[in-house]
Amino acid sequence: MNKPLRRISLFCGLLVLALLIRTNWIQYVQAEDLSTRKENRRVQIAQYATERGNIIVAGQPITGSAVTDGSDYKFKRTYTDGPLWAPVTGYASQAFGSTQLESLEDGILTGNDDRLFFDRTIGMFTGEKKQGGNVVTTLNPEAQKAAFKALGNNKGAAAAIDPRTGAVLALVSTPSYDPSRFAGNSKDDEKAWVELKDSEDKNLVNRALRETYPPGSTFKVVTAAAALEHGVVKEINDPTDTPDPYFLPGTKTEMVNHASGCKEASLNEALRVSCNSVFANLGDKVTRDKMVETAEKFGFNNDKIDIPVRAFASVYDKKMGKDGNAQSSIGQFNTAATPLQMAMVTAAIANDGKLMKPYMVDHVTSPNLDIIEKHSAQEMSRPLSAANAQKVQEMMVNVVDKGTGTKAKINNVKVGGKTGTAQHGEGNKKRPYAWFISYAENPDGTSPVAVAVVIEDSEADREDISGGGLAAPVAKAVMEAVLKTQG
Amino acid sequence: MSVVTNTTTIGAIELPSRRNTELMLLGFAVVIPIFAYANVGLAINGSLPPGMVLYGLGLGALAGVAHLVVRRYAKYADPLLLPLATLLNGLGLVLIWRLDQSDRLQNLAKRSYGAFSPSAPNQMLYTALAIALFAGVLLVLKDHRVLQRFTYISMVAALVLLLLPLVPGLGADVFGAKIWIRVAGFSIQPGEFAKIVLAVFFAGYLMVKRDALALASRRFMGLYLPRGRDLGPILVIWAMSLLILIFENDLGSSLLFFGMFVIMLYVATERTSWIVIGLLMSVGGAVVVASFSSHVGARVSAWLDPFGCWQRNGADAGACEQIAQSIMSFGSGGVLGAGWGQGNSDLIGFAANSDFIFSTVGEELGLTGVMAFLLIYGLIIERGVRTALAARDPFGKLFAIGLSGAFALQIFVVAGGVMGLIPLTGMTMPFLASGGSSVLANWILIAVLIRISDTARRPAPAPAPSPDAEMTQVVRPS
Repeated sequence: MNKPLRRISLFCGLLVLALLIRTNWIQYVQAEDLSTRKENRRVQIAQYATERGNIIVAGQPITGSAVTDGSDYKFKRTYTDGPLWAPVTGYASQAFGSTQLESLEDGILTGNDDRLFFDRTIGMFTGEKKQGGNVVTTLNPEAQKAAFKALGNNKGAAAAIDPRTGAVLALVSTPSYDPSRFAGNSKDDEKAWVELKDSEDKNLVNRALRETYPPGSTFKVVTAAAALEHGVVKEINDPTDTPDPYFLPGTKTEMVNHASGCKEASLNEALRVSCNSVFANLGDKVTRDKMVETAEKFGFNNDKIDIPVRAFASVYDKKMGKDGNAQSSIGQFNTAATPLQMAMVTAAIANDGKLMKPYMVDHVTSPNLDIIEKHSAQEMSRPLSAANAQKVQEMMVNVVDKGTGTKAKINNVKVGGKTGTAQHGEGNKKRPYAWFISYAENPDGTSPVAVAVVIEDSEADREDISGGGLAAPVAKAVMEAVLKTQG
Repeated sequence: MSVVTNTTTIGAIELPSRRNTELMLLGFAVVIPIFAYANVGLAINGSLPPGMVLYGLGLGALAGVAHLVVRRYAKYADPLLLPLATLLNGLGLVLIWRLDQSDRLQNLAKRSYGAFSPSAPNQMLYTALAIALFAGVLLVLKDHRVLQRFTYISMVAALVLLLLPLVPGLGADVFGAKIWIRVAGFSIQPGEFAKIVLAVFFAGYLMVKRDALALASRRFMGLYLPRGRDLGPILVIWAMSLLILIFENDLGSSLLFFGMFVIMLYVATERTSWIVIGLLMSVGGAVVVASFSSHVGARVSAWLDPFGCWQRNGADAGACEQIAQSIMSFGSGGVLGAGWGQGNSDLIGFAANSDFIFSTVGEELGLTGVMAFLLIYGLIIERGVRTALAARDPFGKLFAIGLSGAFALQIFVVAGGVMGLIPLTGMTMPFLASGGSSVLANWILIAVLIRISDTARRPAPAPAPSPDAEMTQVVRPS
């Protein structure tokens, strides 16, 4: 009977071998896949198992961690002034995932990033608990608060940039939300989440980065820059050849002006009172392709603007006809921009034509505050020459001093700006968006702040007055806050 | 070491008893689980577990008793079986204790039953009881051949054990499988014991009928088909295993009993055709049952695509979620594992400490740990097969290979099930899983193997000098 016994022993060996092969397959070959599957709650359990590092503004953490009981997740995220900072931090929720900085810097915040390997290893020997690193932002808390307060109950957004470096100083979106409300995974959290997710006001949307609006008349500064750059206008005070009424090229549609005195008005005057006809005419003369060229240098049509949170691409249509291009030159038709984009336009002009890459993470640190990675200012492009930039600056200052933007005036400070009221909706029936872009200038000619503000659903319907009336005070409040804190 | 030569056909080669080797190995088998226990305590609570000394003493005492009994009553037994079983049992206790500490499982139990009761103390109690039974078997059963007398009684006993869960009022339907009975507050899985009793019947029956089955057959299409009256019992057993499967929803046990029978039949008759016939029959039976039984069908679809079926069925995915969770447990363990007490295998849910205990090994000890465990099981099987090879009587050979084969099949079915290699059948991992019946039955199994190996390795008594030795040739079956 020994021969079959040997065969049976071989068979038993094969059974064990099959198990050995299987375990190698799932624990070695497929391990990576299995351990990171979306169904695998361990990923999130680990994410919330240790105290998360913080997001820091001006030396103060705006986030925190709280211990939760009776849950798979040990720590829960807390936020100080959640609604104020939500557009910057995004949220980290045990049940609903994470977004924006919380998501992008997750490796640093949880302490799992490869660059923290040594900290983790040392911690293993010293018995210290694993800790997360910190993310230090460039934001200016005073500017952020000023913008948030000034926007108040309006639906809208504001973005402020330091034109010299590209550092984001304020990033506000209203109505906002408190990420603390759904940071856990309880029934209350779920209720808050559903309420916010389905809210008519789209509270969870970061309007400063993730909503594009027709920029309206604020786009005229781009058209002005293009006209100067491409030699269509040599001197800003020379009259242009714009007739009144002006018909869109190839059509019988009149480009209506809300301002008076636009016939053959100079570029300077046209920007001051915001003549539609003059800029439509100039845009047409510059031609579509060159308009696209300049707009793209300012950052339009770029879907990779990461600060590091990605902003939606702003649009200047590359394929429209002559009449579309003329309309687009005054920020209507297919033109659309995020508040950040318009802040970048303003910043480039204020910085003498040099567009700095916008960023909001200054540096990230290890748990013991060693700097792991520091952002260095980078030039992104040069949409216009320094000489032309100064010409546009002169015109923008004129707008604030004597034009539609007088509400942004600050005593003893040189301020340049541009108002905008963008029509939208079918037949332009919906309430227009009020825009304002501006920058403030130091005595030495450099500019510490450029800001763009948009307010949806403005009550007024007259072009420019509303932009100047509603949005300009917000921009002013931000500029004042920056000037005060930067002394 | 002395070599005794004599004139009988049975070689009386005295092997070293190896009792001291066994003692030394037992030392390791006790110390390793104690370290494991300390490790879990440190990982979960940051301090050495309070019961550590007691646990160490308890396990050590049990191992000591078992060793002394073997030393006294089974002097020549295989020295590896006892330490291997002790090691597995000890580590199993640690695994169960570790899962007792899981908040998740405690909350789950409170939600489902209103209260949570830890399983480790029960398991310790059952282990003590099992060692007592182990000693009892070795004390009472001086020679395994005695069991031949109980061939037909065993058959009846096995049938009774298997059918008990179907008795109204006694059987309990737990999570779809009717394989438990409840007596005076205790749940017993009679199938675990039936495994051993059935092996006695098979061995006894086949030893008697092997020639008839092997030789009195007609050749048909290259296969040797036996006569109907010899074929009868295998058909009865096959039908029985399918009936168990159908009425008790117990795919694992039916596969196990049938597989064990085919293995023993093959060894007894040395005819490969039995393997072919057996395979055809089991495949046919399984296909028919899988297409008619919803319970088995669900297991099969959970095996084919656990994640997809989990997603499709949402909240009531049950089996699919278990399998998916189990596979993710293994995957998350990776090569080196998360470390004792630091995994999340409790995500699997209520079966984490019974059917799915091997997933905890997978996650917390990783590929390395799983392979080590599989090799320990492999070694037990190997020692069992060796015992069968060494046994000198056909009954002992058949009995030993039947038990070892059943053990191997059980390991394969359970581990393969939780690793997603084959459909899950809901059996227990011997020595590891929480559950009294399993621990008791498997210690009895080890006791029987030790008894057979003792008999096999025992030197034949020196024959009395016989005046006829020169003239008479004694011919005995080998």
